[in-house]
Amino acid sequence: MSSAWLDYATLRVIWWLILGVLLIGFAISDGFDLGLGASFTFLGRTDAERRALLSSVEPVWEGNQVWFVLGGGCAFAAWPLLYATAFSGLYLAMFLVLVALILRPVGFTFRGKLAHRRWRTAWDIALTLGGGMPALLLGIGFANLFLGVPFEFDRMQRPIVTGSFFNLLHPFALLGGVISFSMLVMHGNAYAALKVGEPMASRARTVAQFASAVFLAAFLGAGIWVSSTLAGYEVTSAMDHAGPSDPTHKTVAVVAGAWLDNFHTWPWMWAAPVCAVLGAVGAHLLLRLQRPGAAFMASALVQAGTILTGGFALFPFLLPSSTRPDQSLTVWDASSSAKTLLIMLAAALVFLPVIIAYTAWVFRILRGRVTLENIEDHGGGY
Amino acid sequence: MIDFDVVTLSRLQFALTALYHFLFVPLTLGLSMFLLIMESVYVMTGRDIWKRMTQFWGVLFGINFAMGVATGITMEFQFGTNWAYYAHYVGDIFGAPLALEGLIAFFLESTFVGLFFFGWNKVSKITHLLITALVALGSSLSALWILIANGWMQHPVGAQFNYHTMRMELTSFSEVLFNPVAQAKFVHTIAAGYVMGSIFVLSISAWYLLRGRNVAIAKRSMAVAASFGLACSISVVVLGDESGYLDGEDQKMKVAAIEAEWTTEAPPASFTVFGFPDVRARVTHAAVKVPWLLGLIATRSIDRPVLGIDDLVARARSRIVAGIEAYSALQLLRASPDPPDAALLRRFQAHQADLGYALLLLRFTDDPAAATSKQIDAAAGSTVPNVPVLFWCFRLMVGLGLFFIALFATAFYLATRHRFERHPWFLKLAFFSLPLPWIAIEVGWIVAEYGRQPWAVDGVLPTFLGVSRTSVGNVWASLLGFVIFYSALAVVDAFLLVRTIRRGPDGLGFAS
Repeated sequence: MSSAWLDYATLRVIWWLILGVLLIGFAISDGFDLGLGASFTFLGRTDAERRALLSSVEPVWEGNQVWFVLGGGCAFAAWPLLYATAFSGLYLAMFLVLVALILRPVGFTFRGKLAHRRWRTAWDIALTLGGGMPALLLGIGFANLFLGVPFEFDRMQRPIVTGSFFNLLHPFALLGGVISFSMLVMHGNAYAALKVGEPMASRARTVAQFASAVFLAAFLGAGIWVSSTLAGYEVTSAMDHAGPSDPTHKTVAVVAGAWLDNFHTWPWMWAAPVCAVLGAVGAHLLLRLQRPGAAFMASALVQAGTILTGGFALFPFLLPSSTRPDQSLTVWDASSSAKTLLIMLAAALVFLPVIIAYTAWVFRILRGRVTLENIEDHGGGY
Repeated sequence: MIDFDVVTLSRLQFALTALYHFLFVPLTLGLSMFLLIMESVYVMTGRDIWKRMTQFWGVLFGINFAMGVATGITMEFQFGTNWAYYAHYVGDIFGAPLALEGLIAFFLESTFVGLFFFGWNKVSKITHLLITALVALGSSLSALWILIANGWMQHPVGAQFNYHTMRMELTSFSEVLFNPVAQAKFVHTIAAGYVMGSIFVLSISAWYLLRGRNVAIAKRSMAVAASFGLACSISVVVLGDESGYLDGEDQKMKVAAIEAEWTTEAPPASFTVFGFPDVRARVTHAAVKVPWLLGLIATRSIDRPVLGIDDLVARARSRIVAGIEAYSALQLLRASPDPPDAALLRRFQAHQADLGYALLLLRFTDDPAAATSKQIDAAAGSTVPNVPVLFWCFRLMVGLGLFFIALFATAFYLATRHRFERHPWFLKLAFFSLPLPWIAIEVGWIVAEYGRQPWAVDGVLPTFLGVSRTSVGNVWASLLGFVIFYSALAVVDAFLLVRTIRRGPDGLGFAS
């Protein structure tokens, strides 16, 4: 099925990149409404202010969240072993993410339907959790990829997962949570600074600047940790990049500092962490200079830089196993068949540009700030 | 090896969350078509009342849509969290339609649904109609991809086991795409969603007419619901028959269980309208039968038999025996160097179509290769689904389907004569029919999915094996969490729907 110009190994690398593109798409688009959700009760003190903040994301958050759903679907189709082991290995964390993601659609739709103060306060809490919990948990989950997840395979290739929720609370994982939380809060507040009227915009600028400083400290801290004492994984046997997807035929060593190997081999990869750092500094300064549009773009750069930094460090690992490192999942032994990868690639090449085009059109129609004056038009929700 | 507490709890969780999700999705499908029809009339005639109808039903659509989206993510996640081995074993095929659903359908629906609500004053009339059409198209396409995935579980085509990767892999995407079971299920399910939307609109409009409120909006809504609902309720029954026919080809056991046909009758088999299936005695007491009917429906012939449960169990037993050959050869293949001995490979390939049947034995022994005759009998017996549940659910579903046709036919007759007000008995009947489509659709899910047991993927992967090897404490925590969380949401959702309906178009500012 795989032709000469698109062999199995290349397809695997392409699908690793597509997974990255979907994650970045998720962080840049859904990231701002998650970050805004996590902080809107702080930015908006009165109900009208909160309504203005929510109105700025209300028409678009639903589409944004599909980046996440699509990321899940593509992980299932292209990396079924990853989907199986990561989701069952991080069982309770995934359950909590799920609860948070369920709170959002109902929160956005139900909040405005009643004018009761307690009704609205209850949904404000739900929306705050719905934004904040994924922002925190997804970073904790991502950092766990660096630590490895406890799983191994039996003779029928059934993944056996032995982790509990508390495995997730390793200090490095918590640092990952701080990185993602501050990153998305910065992004959401840069968006609010751009899209919402005063006085919320000034508060958002302050929050975004603070969050960018926290992000910088946490990101650099994680970098120092990874380059010094944190154990990384490296493949020590030759691997057939076009072989069948069976993750039990290689040897893997666990060595401190190994997560930086790729950056030594391919120095151009340093561009990713540099983008993250420069983006965060840039977002901070641009907000100070009252240039929210440019600050939002800088913040988007942080999302891409951070995710790429993680991906580059891990490559070719998708999910290292802490109990049986030799059975870790890598790009070369955990994908779908070449046929499925090729068909899905064709579909992605056709439909991703279409999605980006109509999403851009929707954002263009909704351009302009939401101010306290113009929300009264459809205030009350109905 | 298998933790049956994890299996039971995971199955319970999947069934509850799927049945719950399925309360909202068909209504989304149905109401999206109503919005499209009403807004089209508005754009074509320029009459403002049709815009206000679109907006009023749109509010109810929005509340329901949020619940559908919220509970849908759970379904996708669960394949990874609770059904990890399933995800690995068939992800190469099953994952693709799920990803395509996101790529082609869910993105479309979700991106434009925001503009449906917030775009009335931002875009032209025609553009807004286009947006509504894209939302409706997105919901229907979403159903198509999900049912292609589900159809593959019922009738796995275009796939083969690969012993290198220990999973099923895609051999023909077009077979998966044009799976006849998937196509039949899509049409049946989407028509059922349209029927639900029609009864929803019909019932609530009837309530307004009984109260003498919002008469202009209610009468027009009823007329749309009567005509659209009549067409869809006929389709859902006729095309339901089509899906029975296909089951006859592929899932003979499901048909036999639905009909409680214990032994094979001389063709053409009779259809049991009513009776009391007795699982232990393997007879159906007090059966009322219509001669020939089942044979005609299931085989479209008068000479081919509809196999009964006993014969199908015997057939499963021989497939298990063949599957043991495949299973033993597979163990040797896994242990031997690559490339393997040609004779061994041939031995595996000769029986690999029955490998799934050997996996049924894992419920009774850790080593299917050394299964005893008794264990094989037990595994063969386990291929029979729950006969009384299927028998009754199916009859309830069909009975309701026939009632819906009668209801819409009456509504259609009254609508053409403009006579709703003169027949309050009909308005009451229509109003009290409100919960019935939910009952029909939920029992329909039970017939289709509970009737698929013991298989997750028919003949390929038993359900109990598909489960994640996670701790029972984890599954208890998520199951209880879902029950509490979903119950609370159901209360809030019902409260908001009832409140919105009571306020009505007049109370919400959509009256003229």
